[in-house]
Amino acid sequence: MTITTTKAPDRTRTLPRRTGKAAGQRLRTLGLYVLAILVGLGAWQLVAMEYGPSLVASPRETLSAAGELAADGTLGNSIVASSRRILIGWGLGVLVGAPVGLLIGQIRIVRQLLEPYTEFFRFIPPVAFVTLAVVWLGIGETSKVVLIFYTAVFIVTLNTSAGVMAVNESKVRAAASLGASRSQILRRVVLPATVPYIFTGARLAMGNCFLTIVSAEIVAAQVGLGSLIWTSRNYGRIDWVFVGIITLGVLGLVYDRVLRLIASRVLYKYGVKA
Amino acid sequence: MTEATKAAAEQSAPAAGAPAAAAPRDRAQPAAGRGAALRVEGAGISFGGFQAVRGIDLDIPAGEFLCLLGPSGCGKSTLLSAMAGFVQVSKGSLTADGATVSGPGPGIGMVFQNSEVLFDWMTVHQNVTFGPRMRGLGRAEQNRVADEFLGLVGLRHCADRYPGQLSGGMRQRVQIARVLANEPSVVLMDEPFGALDAQTRQVLQQETDRIWRASGCTVVFVTHDIDEAILLADRVAVMTAGPAASIKSLYTVELPRPRDASDPAALRLRDKLRQDIAEEVRKAMQDQGLDQDTEAAAGTTAGQDAVRLDQEARSA
Ligand SMILES: Nc1ncnc2c1ncn2[C@@H]1O[C@H](COP(=O)(O)OP(=O)(O)OP(=O)(O)O)[C@@H](O)[C@H]1O
Ligand SMILES: [Mg+2]
Repeated sequence: MTITTTKAPDRTRTLPRRTGKAAGQRLRTLGLYVLAILVGLGAWQLVAMEYGPSLVASPRETLSAAGELAADGTLGNSIVASSRRILIGWGLGVLVGAPVGLLIGQIRIVRQLLEPYTEFFRFIPPVAFVTLAVVWLGIGETSKVVLIFYTAVFIVTLNTSAGVMAVNESKVRAAASLGASRSQILRRVVLPATVPYIFTGARLAMGNCFLTIVSAEIVAAQVGLGSLIWTSRNYGRIDWVFVGIITLGVLGLVYDRVLRLIASRVLYKYGVKA
Repeated sequence: MTEATKAAAEQSAPAAGAPAAAAPRDRAQPAAGRGAALRVEGAGISFGGFQAVRGIDLDIPAGEFLCLLGPSGCGKSTLLSAMAGFVQVSKGSLTADGATVSGPGPGIGMVFQNSEVLFDWMTVHQNVTFGPRMRGLGRAEQNRVADEFLGLVGLRHCADRYPGQLSGGMRQRVQIARVLANEPSVVLMDEPFGALDAQTRQVLQQETDRIWRASGCTVVFVTHDIDEAILLADRVAVMTAGPAASIKSLYTVELPRPRDASDPAALRLRDKLRQDIAEEVRKAMQDQGLDQDTEAAAGTTAGQDAVRLDQEARSA
């Protein structure tokens, strides 16, 4: 589990300008993306030809396997099941992690009380808890959601508290001398100033939730992308494994994009650059 | 200019280290006084084992505009932080209208050098009404306050912009408006125009003078700029070099407002202030073992003024 924190966000605002030059840039970027993907597909094809379908499913085989899995509903159900677990666990993780991180960053006694735990558990990857989660919480949805929650909550908490510590001290002083109480400072100054850090934490957490979901579903799940990958292996269907892996990647990409899009619409005034 | 004012500009420079007495307030007072009297008695401030300032005595009557000058690092910001209630004096006392300043609050406002203290996620209007909002004032009242104080600093047309969309000078105006919107009895300003270009600085100095006279609050204004001090202050206090800095001298500026920088009395005062500061810078340099090239070093530290002083001394 990687935990990184954001640099202090650059708050200078530039008015959006859509000049011809900018449009050209976008087109160029898009072109390069397409080129990179085509090169990747080509390389994949070559590797598949070299090793044969029992080891590497070719792009074409993967596509037809995807069609097959989509037709019988397996793919859709897997996506829905995994997404549900990720979104619930991750959402709860952000909802709990952000306020806890704020309190840890802002109130020394809370920090001192919780630090031994955050410092301890951050070294234990969620995968290590998969067995315990199943034993304690059963093979139902709860165990998976709890594991995802565990994944998200630490990353968001640590990023948030780092953000609080990075809040410009003079801003807090200014607020205090304008008559804000401690709780008003927390809500009106520290929280908004920390939003870019919370957002970065949430994004990183989302990525890590995808790591966790696979391990969680491999151990105990009837449906889900992780379980699809695992059961396909048992059936010897390499092409299905490929479908599962690629779907995970695409799904992660889509979620990240959506998150950034929402953030750039809703949170831009807090200096979130997405 | 009359003989009386000339003489007055030359009065009252107590010996170095001697506690400065309050200036007599027999001049025309600024508008309806809602200023508070600040009294600093034997104040010392330490950070851990480091004594930044010691034995500070300042008696600032209600409604006075006091400028604080001194070599860099002597403790001007530290003293101002104590007046704002951000740090506590470890010795002596600091009172506003007789009440000990024990923490920050809306009665004592602070304009910081760096406009990063503006809340970037709030519009100019929201920044200026922050204080009133924290006090629970209604929306109509907030709008009135924003209108009044943004009008005062000439930024009514920027109410809906964000700080990041403003120039440095405009941001400092917003800061001033935000502080004044609380109608504080004391306004502390820590080199508020230090980062601005000469033209903007001049405009804002004039605005400060006008606003201060309209509001009647007590102002303590830290600056490196001797001319700025002469332009604005009722009295100018010069601090000694740190550590354990104190007040070196205190001058009353009895020049009519608006001030004329080319007035002979202003020139004489400027020379005295320059000498005082250069002396302290030299002392600091010697303390640091940098006394070989003290004159040049003093020049770079005290800024152009010390350089000019040195040049005058050489050409004499
Ligand atoms: N929080 C702090 N902890 C430790 N030392 C401090 C702290 N704040 C200030 N000092 C020290 O106190 C002394 C005075 O600092 P201060 O910032 O008040 O100087 P200043 O006169 O405002 O300088 P300048 O003109 O450069 O702004 C300096 O030696 C500084 O290193
Ligand atoms: Mg300073």
